[in-house]
Amino acid sequence: MSNKIKHHLTDDLLMAYAAGALPEAFDLMVATHLSLCDHCRARAESFDAVGGYVLEQQDETVAMNDKALAETMALIANGAPIAKPKRPSCSVLPTPLQDYVGGDVNDIRWRPIGMGVKQAILPTTGEATARLLFIPAGTAVPDHSHNGIELTMVLQGAFSDEVDHFARGDVEIADEDLHHTPTADITEDCICLAVTDAPLKFKKLMPRLFQPFLRI
Amino acid sequence: MNRAEECQNARAEWVDHVRRIRDAQDQAAFAELFQHFAPRIKAFLIKSGSDAALAEECAQEVMATLWHKAHLFDPTRATVATWVFTIARNKRIDVLRKQRRPEPEDLGWGPEAEPEQENVIALQQETAQLRDALTALPEAQRQLIEKAYFGDLSHREIASQTGLPLGTIKSRIRLALDRLRHAMN
Repeated sequence: MSNKIKHHLTDDLLMAYAAGALPEAFDLMVATHLSLCDHCRARAESFDAVGGYVLEQQDETVAMNDKALAETMALIANGAPIAKPKRPSCSVLPTPLQDYVGGDVNDIRWRPIGMGVKQAILPTTGEATARLLFIPAGTAVPDHSHNGIELTMVLQGAFSDEVDHFARGDVEIADEDLHHTPTADITEDCICLAVTDAPLKFKKLMPRLFQPFLRI
Repeated sequence: MNRAEECQNARAEWVDHVRRIRDAQDQAAFAELFQHFAPRIKAFLIKSGSDAALAEECAQEVMATLWHKAHLFDPTRATVATWVFTIARNKRIDVLRKQRRPEPEDLGWGPEAEPEQENVIALQQETAQLRDALTALPEAQRQLIEKAYFGDLSHREIASQTGLPLGTIKSRIRLALDRLRHAMN
């Protein structure tokens, strides 16, 4: 567990995660960050406690059917205890991401999108999209801005932009106001998880022409 | 015994109920948990937009999951009510929103160790204080929080609902996570 994470998730994202109000792609981002960051995990679990309060303090409850307990005992008899989790292997991708990739970093099915940059779109439902980005060491992603919210979390390597320097576990939160040119550190290829609730806008003509085909 | 103490004891008892299910598949303990929580889960799911029949079915499934996950419950990080809430919420996302729910890496893979009773009690006390603080909020704000957890607010609407008094319970959970990490390493 690294204590070096500097850029964390916001309270509103953590509360929305606890309330179950986020699109799936954002849930994936939060679950991945919490896997690396106990600071945010403790914050998220305290928002769960608010949910416990809401469940417990309801003014009115709704009676269960007469046979509900017996039916539930039958469900229990037909089911099995949920296995204790296995010790996660030391890997680039935390467990929630491995579930979406179907393996670790070597199993990602990259597609080139120019200048050595590659991406892999992950299968999520809903209006937001999640993708993994591969940025070769020392490479800059074209200057772009965003229609909606974009969260980018570093999984391997690091990048810098006009805002700060971001390393493993750090999340950059970008909105409509941020134009940035993220550049990967020279020491290592950078792999990030990026989620957005709207397509990116590129400033230069070429990337914008390709945008509909690339789904970025 | 005043009402707050009664509530406190009831909560601590639920922890023991879950333990009895884990250790002895105690059906009497389960029946009591069921009687308390199942009607609350059903009401929660109906307020979240489910019809009564589906809410009944899901509440039964949530309670069955509680049984099957009893050995994974960590009373130093959550009360039973909080834990039941998370199971019910995930059921709602799965069944009502038809969406997968990514969860963080599970930390329960370390050596089994019965949690220290003082840490269990400390978490109960922090939760009771949080409950009092939430109950003391202005009615309008409390209703908005309830709406958020019933799934009636979008994540953008939730942005203005933060700033809740979570500092002390957060510190308590953080300590529990630190102990867990220490035990695993």
